Amino acid sequence: MNALIPLPIIVPLLGAALCVIAARARWAQRIVVLAALTSNLVVSIVLLVRVQDDGIGVTQAGGWPAPLGISLVVDDLAAIMLVVSSIMLLTVFVYAIGEGQEESRYAAFGSVYLVLAAGVSASFITGDLFNLFVAFEMMLVASYVLLTLGGRPGQVRAGMTYVVISLIASTFFVVALALIYSATGTVNMAELAVRMPELSHGVRVGFSLLLIVVFGIKAGLFPLFFWLPDSYPTAPTAITAVFAGLLTKVGVYAIIRSQTLLFPSDAQQGSLLLVVAGLTMVVGVLGALAQDDLRRMLSFHIVSHIGYMIFGLALFTLSGIAGAVFYIVHHIVVKSSLFLVAGLAEFRTGTDRLSRLGGMVRSTPTIAVLFALPALSIAGIPPFSGFVGKFALVDAGIQSEKWVIVAVSLAVSLLTVYVMSRIWSRVFWGEADPAVEARLATSSGRMPVLMTASTVVLVLLGLAIMVFAGPLYELAERTATQLLDPSQYVTAVLGGRS
Amino acid sequence: MSVLLAFTSAALFATGTFLLLQRRLSRILIGIGLIGHGTNLLLVISGGAGGIAPIIGTGDQQDFSDPLPQAFALTSIVITFGVTAFLLALAFRSWQMTHDDVVEDDVEDRYVARRTQDEFVRDGEAAERAQAAEEDRS
Repeated sequence: MNALIPLPIIVPLLGAALCVIAARARWAQRIVVLAALTSNLVVSIVLLVRVQDDGIGVTQAGGWPAPLGISLVVDDLAAIMLVVSSIMLLTVFVYAIGEGQEESRYAAFGSVYLVLAAGVSASFITGDLFNLFVAFEMMLVASYVLLTLGGRPGQVRAGMTYVVISLIASTFFVVALALIYSATGTVNMAELAVRMPELSHGVRVGFSLLLIVVFGIKAGLFPLFFWLPDSYPTAPTAITAVFAGLLTKVGVYAIIRSQTLLFPSDAQQGSLLLVVAGLTMVVGVLGALAQDDLRRMLSFHIVSHIGYMIFGLALFTLSGIAGAVFYIVHHIVVKSSLFLVAGLAEFRTGTDRLSRLGGMVRSTPTIAVLFALPALSIAGIPPFSGFVGKFALVDAGIQSEKWVIVAVSLAVSLLTVYVMSRIWSRVFWGEADPAVEARLATSSGRMPVLMTASTVVLVLLGLAIMVFAGPLYELAERTATQLLDPSQYVTAVLGGRS
Repeated sequence: MSVLLAFTSAALFATGTFLLLQRRLSRILIGIGLIGHGTNLLLVISGGAGGIAPIIGTGDQQDFSDPLPQAFALTSIVITFGVTAFLLALAFRSWQMTHDDVVEDDVEDRYVARRTQDEFVRDGEAAERAQAAEEDRS
């Protein structure tokens, strides 16, 4: 199994190179991208199954033993994230082909998309803090290109903010790496976990806070989220869906990984993260309420839900982290499908302004159904997966007796229902702008096949999470058990000489 | 020696941060460059005291300088270089379209905030250009 571990990084990178060679043949590029992403999906499913049977899988790059070489580690959390991200990347690429925007116009799209995929996988499976920085950069540089590929004025403006803020986060990351290296003499995460307790309390807390800021910028935590709703909606829908589903979650993943693995309990920022989580939830949902642009509304809404994941982590209990893991899986799938549906609506009507849309229940009932399912789920209506996730988190919060955050999260749930029903009543009920009505009347009722099919797949996957919530939650609990016991990770990487 | 380098790094960070907070993209770019140098310097310092080149067989291992932070610094320089080049291309594209390199506030934000009493928000663009011009003078 260990030979499989580097594949989710290597295969997309090779595919990216092939895409550059095949720059003139779009069909060949599409085959390469689809093949590489499918291989990622298969490999990650195999890895997930094997991790369940054999425990944490480790491979050392170049055969150099642990602290010298770069370790690649697949544990439960990494394997789950790999599976969900590769499903997402594959379906969204099919959607992008159907959308006929950037993917059809620019030869660079396929290769950059694969570099993004490689960067995302690398961030999940790396066991080395500096390598995590490199993986982040791989992913971010690819995302800069994808965001600004069209070169439209709005994209360039949003691109500047996005690139500059990400660059600042990367700079902080390098500073953190330099300080951690000079304090401990290693950047291997397993060895860091061993050496971190030897440092003085203040230094540990400092590192912990520094890493929270670094990853918090990428995850879109309050008060570091302001770049997110500005930049995400300017890209074509397919790209926004990937960014919304994956990039912020990579940040959340890094926060979970660094907090649980690197720092002993006295340096874990539980109460700080709880406050931040509450504020993130409230600010995100209030921001979403004020918007008139459908995709911006959904983007603000991502911020709000990042708060839920951090809430689960901040409890540092088994049920809290299990809830957070479940919530991440649910949110990646459901949020991306909402964005894809928003893209479908825009494709049919030519606008994503709430004030101009209307009456789509009559004109396009398919889109209405496709929107309703994930919207009910994200609002946390039983029996959808969002309800299971929120229930697990709230239950964990009650067990830990953190009443304030429980109250905040319930209030924000209520506001989420309000946001979703606002979208529903504006977009699907009521009357549309006359221009939009005319456009709908003249165009044929046919739905774009590839776009609809990939949206349907993601929506169905969201329903599958609901149906298989039981086994999935058990998996999340096993993951949380593994995360709360860093010695398993350390032993797997360093081979018992910890 | 190390103290001197640490102070140099601090000075680079300070000037870089100042430039980063300006309205013009060209200044922001220089600011990012300076901060990048600051971090690379910090990486080099994190290796501890300097020594001879770490090639096995050329001397006592005790005298070697730590090669790992230098490899980090190299990687980080390459990445900063690439991203800076990308930002320059973006700045050029922005200049092509608007003949200016002022970083604007979000249009949609202004749309949402139109009803507020805040002049800076309401008159958005004019205020931004005035701010940029003021920074140019200082």
